[in-house]
Amino acid sequence: MKTARLTTPYLVWMILFTIVPLGIVIYFALTDSVTGQFTWENIARISNYGPIILKSIWLALLSSLLCLVIGYPVAYHIAQQKPSRQHFLYMLIMLPMCISFLLRTMAWVSLLDDTGIINNFIRALGLKPLPLIRTNAAVVLGMVYNYLPYMILPLYTVLVKIDPRLIEAAQDLGCNNGKTFRRVILPLSVPGVISGFTMVFVPAVSTFYISQKLGSSGTTLIGDVIESQFKAAYNPNLGAALSLALMVLVLICIGIMNRFSNGEEVVTL
Amino acid sequence: MIAAKRNLFRRLFAGLCSGLLLAALLPLPASAEENSINVYNWGQYISDGTDGYIDVNAAFNEATGIKVNYMTFDSNESLYTKLKTGGSTYDVIIPSDYMIGKLISEDMLEPIDFSHIPNYRYIDESYKNQPYDPDNAYSVPYTWGTVGVIYNTKYVDAEDTGSWDLLWNSKYSGKILMFDNPRDAFAIAEGKLGLSLNTREEEDLRAAAYQLIEQKPLVQAYVMDQIYDKMEREEAWIAPYYAGDYLMMAEENPDLAFYFPKESFNLFIDALCIPKGCQNKEGAEAYINFLCQPEICGENLEYLGYSAPETAAKEYMDPEVTGSDIAYPAEDVLSRGESFLNLPVEANQMMDSLWLEVKTQGGTDPYALWCMIAFVAAVLLYLAASRIRRKRRIARRCARWKTEENKI
Repeated sequence: MKTARLTTPYLVWMILFTIVPLGIVIYFALTDSVTGQFTWENIARISNYGPIILKSIWLALLSSLLCLVIGYPVAYHIAQQKPSRQHFLYMLIMLPMCISFLLRTMAWVSLLDDTGIINNFIRALGLKPLPLIRTNAAVVLGMVYNYLPYMILPLYTVLVKIDPRLIEAAQDLGCNNGKTFRRVILPLSVPGVISGFTMVFVPAVSTFYISQKLGSSGTTLIGDVIESQFKAAYNPNLGAALSLALMVLVLICIGIMNRFSNGEEVVTL
Repeated sequence: MIAAKRNLFRRLFAGLCSGLLLAALLPLPASAEENSINVYNWGQYISDGTDGYIDVNAAFNEATGIKVNYMTFDSNESLYTKLKTGGSTYDVIIPSDYMIGKLISEDMLEPIDFSHIPNYRYIDESYKNQPYDPDNAYSVPYTWGTVGVIYNTKYVDAEDTGSWDLLWNSKYSGKILMFDNPRDAFAIAEGKLGLSLNTREEEDLRAAAYQLIEQKPLVQAYVMDQIYDKMEREEAWIAPYYAGDYLMMAEENPDLAFYFPKESFNLFIDALCIPKGCQNKEGAEAYINFLCQPEICGENLEYLGYSAPETAAKEYMDPEVTGSDIAYPAEDVLSRGESFLNLPVEANQMMDSLWLEVKTQGGTDPYALWCMIAFVAAVLLYLAASRIRRKRRIARRCARWKTEENKI
């Protein structure tokens, strides 16, 4: 009870910068840009962007799945090591996050460009350059690369806490390796999977920088549309309506994911 | 007693933290006594001391003691948004003609006191009293220029050049860049169709938008300042852009060439203005006056490659620059140019929403949609199946326990 007072700073922060802005977003989404009158028009116009929203969700889901497939073995491997080694590997995963996200994406641009490092190398070998950049695959690559640590870290936190005696018990009772994994380790790591998935999916679905740099003029994602509403077209009302719609969709997606965990606590970083 | 003390500490700690958080939000105390102005200009649009050219802002500081806080934007539209959303104050801004008209019509500019700008007399008469500012009360011309096509002679055949059609040539698919602002992009489509660049008819705007949608699959990217990097590195081969910037790019990559399309193209004037809400009007006027000084204007524009609105400045420039038919095109070329006028609100809104349509068009293949629906269906099926399985397993276990209990 007494510790409640210690959370006051954050509470103030949250009210000022989460609750109040949310109210402002809702207010903008429901008013007309010129007259300031109440209107449903912004919400109605969201349907024009249905295909773009779906595409954003699809690419984000794909990236989250790829992160899971790549990240799970890595997290499991780290959790198996000696503690000192674990710290070192954990550091290695964290290390890229010390460099600005924008810089890391720009680095991929200079790697993948038609006149970039990889294609120049291919050309030097006398082969035909590959169309690497400005594809959906490049956007997914950018998302996976940037958000992979957010998948590995919660997975690792959960996996390292699994009681080894449970695994021994499963083996004693006749489970082979595959079965131990399926019946013991995987179910116990579900909370990590869910929170990793959420932490990759949410930033990926609203990204605009990655799609602008690595995507083509056709890979416009919903984040790009929202950004242009505020930066170029000066229609903050439609922008607010779109962000609201995106938020609702993300919450629905998280809701579906949480059904997997069957009420178990979801760990976060 | 101890408990009370601890409580006090806690309260102090909480208070301190909230205080710190709030303090972080406050702007740094502005040094009030320091005389400074905020200048908001296009990217790469002033001589900044590179390659031995003049550093205009430093020279101004030396001459007047006024410090220049220099910031850049990349399109008239983003400048407008920045001014409209507020939160920052600028003393000098440099919009283009049509945007000046828009800003004047929305009462967002401060009238300039020309008695503080004696160097205004050097500006050529033909650049004064332009349609965007008929009484010349709000703006002082900075540069003028044209929009044409920049291309790389290594990859683009000479016979394909000459008109705007090059930007629609599928031979160069994926190597074409396009303006990332509605006004410049629409002007190109309108020029290609032989329409006026200031058309306000819905039909014409739709036709232009249709052209842009048709062009989109060939376009590598919609860019503004990034064009320098992409053209110089040969990542892209063809781009419409401002003639002055071509001169700068050609210095980096000599394979780049430029032409004025045979159709109409945009002829623009960028001018110095003072926005409403400026903090240091006198400083701003001193800055404008300084930039109009023929010597400064000449040296600045020699670096920029854009055209000077004052004949007196040409004395201070390299004759090679003033003799260039790209920076100073011949009369018959200039006659094809058309300046932008400020369009009525409806036409602007129409253009904005059509532009958004262009930018968001296509790219969503039905395949991705089906994949997604299949994925969601698979997830839901899995959820249902695992729930049923779990129920069955529990039921079976219960049944087994019961039979074993009965045995005992």
